Formats: sequence, structure tokens, C-alpha cells
Amino acid sequence: MDNLIFLIAGMAAVTYGPRLAPFLFLGDRKIPGRVDAFLKCIPAAAIGALIIPGVFNAIPEAPVAVLCGMAFTIIAGLWKGGVIVPVIGSVLVVYFILLL
Amino acid sequence: MRSRCEIMTEMARKAVKAGIPIFIGYFPAAVAFGILAKGYDVSLLETFLFSAVVFAGASQFIALNLLVSGVGYMGIILTTLLVNFRHFLMSAYLSRRMGALAGKYKFLMAFGVTDEVFSVLSFTPGSLSKTFVFVLQVSAYTGWVSGTLAGYILGGFLPQVLTQSMGIALYSLLLAVLLPELKKSCRILLLTISSGILNTVLVKMAILPDGWTIIVCIVVIALAGAFFIEDELGDSVDG
Repeated sequence: MDNLIFLIAGMAAVTYGPRLAPFLFLGDRKIPGRVDAFLKCIPAAAIGALIIPGVFNAIPEAPVAVLCGMAFTIIAGLWKGGVIVPVIGSVLVVYFILLL
Repeated sequence: MRSRCEIMTEMARKAVKAGIPIFIGYFPAAVAFGILAKGYDVSLLETFLFSAVVFAGASQFIALNLLVSGVGYMGIILTTLLVNFRHFLMSAYLSRRMGALAGKYKFLMAFGVTDEVFSVLSFTPGSLSKTFVFVLQVSAYTGWVSGTLAGYILGGFLPQVLTQSMGIALYSLLLAVLLPELKKSCRILLLTISSGILNTVLVKMAILPDGWTIIVCIVVIALAGAFFIEDELGDSVDG
């Protein structure tokens, strides 16, 4: 595989471009209220699609372990908040279930 | 001066706390990428550059697959554009959220916009500081690049069960950053769940290229939300 550098440069350009463009053109420019409302809804819309349905296939061999791990995340997250305990805890829950 | 330092340290500490889960999620995935790249006879330098310069998980795996299947560079680059285009929408949100704060650092900040960094940033309450954004992005970047190198050089050095278990980390992180918001607002719960359902339907239909089901979900659901929010002003939220 020769000249992969060209491929990498091309991939980097088309990845960085869309990441950068909004910072250049949007920034703190004035925009219509509806557009602003649309942008504000992006996080909730994105995170739903990022989690579902991917999570059900996170560990294809052990969907039940994943569900238990996610249940732990919900309990720990609602009870204590933060991200460290919910995340590390969920990994440990899955780990112990897989070891069983 | 001193108090400014203290604020920065506090911000950095918070960012590290948020960054550790991202590191835990990225590292094993990057190890897998390093191992795969080595298996396909990609050189160490090129493998490193993939992760260090492109810095976009899924598209790197797809690129390796296409490369081995004999797809040309233009085809791979086009696929990469499609797969990663969702970051355009995420950057659009973040650029508004950070406003003037990004300043001349926007070129660096834009480079570090990944699904997980975006999710943590968007659900961090209050205003975002430069320190917070950078420390978070650096932990994500370090996890991805160091994992790639470790995978290439050391191979499968992590116990397989542990690597498998870490497959849950990023999903757990996404859910954990969302939870505090869900407690406060039924509207967010509604938007999130509808987006997940729409995405499931789109994935099952399998008519869109990789990465585009998420883009369609973001556009459709955020548009619905934009109208829903305004209609709801002054009304009680009944999700």
C-alpha cells in the first residue's frame, strides 16, 4: 500500500472541514430565533441517535451484560451524578458478568 | 492572579474527571485499530498519522476495510466525508455555545470535536471555559493516539474480557452526561427517545450510508424540537 499519506491527508481534510466550518461562519453572529432553537435541540437529538440502537450491539456476544451495565449507569448517575462512577462501574459490572 | 489560577485548576480538574471516561472508551477501540492496521501491513508511521491527523474513530476502521477491498482513494475519502459529516452539526451547536470564547483557538477546538467530546461539552452546565474544552479534548486525543500506538506495537496486550467490557464505556458515558438533564426536563427525554427510535428504524431499513442515519435523526428531531419548544413556551411540560 503505497502513498497512504495522500489518503490520510484527504481523509483529514474532509473530516476537519465540516468540524471547522461552523466555527468560522456561525460563531457569535446573529441568527434567526428558529435557527437558534434548532441548534439548541441538536445535543438531545444527537445523543439519542448515538446511543440507540448502537448500545444493544455494544458487545454482540453479551447483550444482557450490557443492559445490566447500563442499568448500573442509570442508578449511579441518578443517585450520585458525575460520569466517573457510572462509567467505570458499568465496565466492572460487565466485566464480572462476563467472568461468571 | 491567584484566584484566576485556582479557577483554572478547578476547571482542569473537572475536565480531567470528564476526560477519564472518554479515555477509557477510546483507548481499547484505538488498540483494536492499531492491531487491525498492522494486520493489513500499514506502516507504524501511517497508522499513527491516521489517528493523529484524522482523529475520527469509525471512519478509520471503514477506511481500512475499504482499502483492503480495493476501493480507490477518492471513494474512501468520499465515504469519510459522509461518515464524519455529523460533526458539522455538532460544531454548529458548539460554535454557538462557545461564541467569542473560541477566538483564535477555534482552529484547535474544531479539530477535537468528536461525538463524545461534543456530548460532554453540550451537557456541561454553565459557560464553558477554554481550559475545560482543551483538557477534555486532550484526554480524548491522548486516549485515541496512545491506544493506536499501543495496539500496533504491543498487539492484544489487554485481557480480551476487559477489552470487551470496555465496549460499554462510551455508551455509558453518553447516558451519564444526559441523565442530569433528563431529571430536569421531559422535553429532552422525549427528543432523545424519539431520536433513538427514528435511528433504529433507519438503521433497520439500511438505505442510508454509514453516518447518515445519525445526521437525518439530528436534523429531523432538532427541527421538530425547534417548533415544539416555541409552541410550548409558557405551557407546562407534559413530555
